[in-house]
Amino acid sequence: MKVTTKDVAHIAQLSRLTIPQDEMEKFTEEFNQILNYADMLNELDTKGVEPTANVLPLSNVLRDDVALEGVSLEEALVNAPEVHDGGFKVPRVIE
Amino acid sequence: MKYTTVIGLEVHAELKTQSKAFCSCSTKFGGEPNTHVCPVCLGMPGALPVLNKQVVEFAMRAGLALECEIKKFNKFDRKNYFYPDLSKNYQISQFDKPICEGGHIDIEVEGEHKRIGITRIHMEEDAGKLVHSGATIKTSDSSAVDYNRAGVPLIEIVSEPDMRSSAEARAYMEKLKAILEYIDVSDCKMQEGSLRCDANISVMPEGATEFGTRAEVKNMNSFRALERAIEYEVERQIELIEDGGTVVQETRTWDDAKGITLSMRSKEEAHDYRYFPEPDLVPVEIDDAWIERVRTELPELPAARKSRLMQEKGLSDYDAENIVATMAMAEYFDEAAQVSTDAKGIANWMLGDVSAYLNTEGIEIEQFPITPQNLGELVNLINKGVLSSKLAKKVFTEMLKSHKTPQVLVKELGLEQISDEGAIAKIVDETLAENPQSIVDYRAGKDRALGFLVGQIMKKSRGKANPELVNKMLKEKMQ
Repeated sequence: MKVTTKDVAHIAQLSRLTIPQDEMEKFTEEFNQILNYADMLNELDTKGVEPTANVLPLSNVLRDDVALEGVSLEEALVNAPEVHDGGFKVPRVIE
Repeated sequence: MKYTTVIGLEVHAELKTQSKAFCSCSTKFGGEPNTHVCPVCLGMPGALPVLNKQVVEFAMRAGLALECEIKKFNKFDRKNYFYPDLSKNYQISQFDKPICEGGHIDIEVEGEHKRIGITRIHMEEDAGKLVHSGATIKTSDSSAVDYNRAGVPLIEIVSEPDMRSSAEARAYMEKLKAILEYIDVSDCKMQEGSLRCDANISVMPEGATEFGTRAEVKNMNSFRALERAIEYEVERQIELIEDGGTVVQETRTWDDAKGITLSMRSKEEAHDYRYFPEPDLVPVEIDDAWIERVRTELPELPAARKSRLMQEKGLSDYDAENIVATMAMAEYFDEAAQVSTDAKGIANWMLGDVSAYLNTEGIEIEQFPITPQNLGELVNLINKGVLSSKLAKKVFTEMLKSHKTPQVLVKELGLEQISDEGAIAKIVDETLAENPQSIVDYRAGKDRALGFLVGQIMKKSRGKANPELVNKMLKEKMQ
């Protein structure tokens, strides 16, 4: 067992997900299956291989510092469930 | 028991770019909410970030100015946390491969020199702004989020825990601000939030080798606030320990109005950031040629400017140090020095009456009502003997109010010093005629009589007679 139900509960909390109590065991089992599967990678000898930062064979993709118009206020707020004074209205941030 | 304070600072500086770090939205301050936004900085699914080249250059410039090593291989990472100031639920930052490592800043506190280490500098993006519905975050039912600042580039400069007092922390912060202003990478306005500072503060028994548990204090937006927050927090921790308690590692916020730090429990659980490499950005590789180009473009730094002022203008160490303390002061000095060659005279005014005025009014030199040209003219008028130093102060006070040139004010106020020998001789003769006893006393060797006569003459001339001439003439006439 790599992770316990406690770890799963913690990760769920960090991700703001609610996992029903009766599914906890199932999630924990699946988490472990996935981790065990990924463990196969550890069988490879990676001595002397630099850690990969990105899978693309590219570097230095840079943009000149030029400001352009973005989207309109209406477009920006189109997905906002609630709006207040041109801002995305969100519930109280501190309990 | 005696305690040693240990302080490390994390300073965030907003970079002065035209566009954001990973998209082309404007970084202009003060726009209507959510008007400098696009799919990238709003965190729309599928929108891809592209790094602004100027961000890398500014970070390199800061690193070189702070004597850091510029790292050749750079990558970005995602720092994950849930808070509505980030639209993506992660901040793009640099975790284990910051662009700069291992620099330092030399400070001086009460005549003692000290070197404060810089651990690292990394590039990241700023978050949006929350406007709370109530008076404070704790009494608000809701908040409105503005993403105009989200994605504005920042550099975070992390110091070593090398500071031992609030005065050292302030000196470090002042020096850092000056350097960032000189190299022109940030506006460095603490009040507006373009320069922000978090302090890691702990105390340990004097002589101990292991640091105490630290608290991270945020939300100090002036040098004064930084000093006060540290002093309060140190006292709080010592009291806690003395009362048998223990300091807990936590984030605290500085309440400037109340003068206290408060626990921010909400931020605690968020400390599990689960960093991982940002898959949407490719690495940045910096070669020697690039580093050297940025190095050659580096503007003059405060230390270089200081020695220039000492060598070329003959200023003392103390004067030069204080003149170069901020970019704006140094610029003001240079402009005034183009009008008057009396560098020492200008420095005296700037560090005396000018600084006193700035302090009382609580303003910066940028808002000072007298132009550097006019201050230079004032110094010239004193050196030419048109104004005595006493009358110059009067003219200075008028200049603060009227924006007129000192020449005009001298005429308007009728303050021109009388240096005409004939005119002075007339007043001297009159005064001597009225005070024959003083002449006798003077001839009998009573020096006080001379002082008395000079005083009478200055009174008659309403302070305008050239005191040197008066002295000389009195002595001649009483021989």
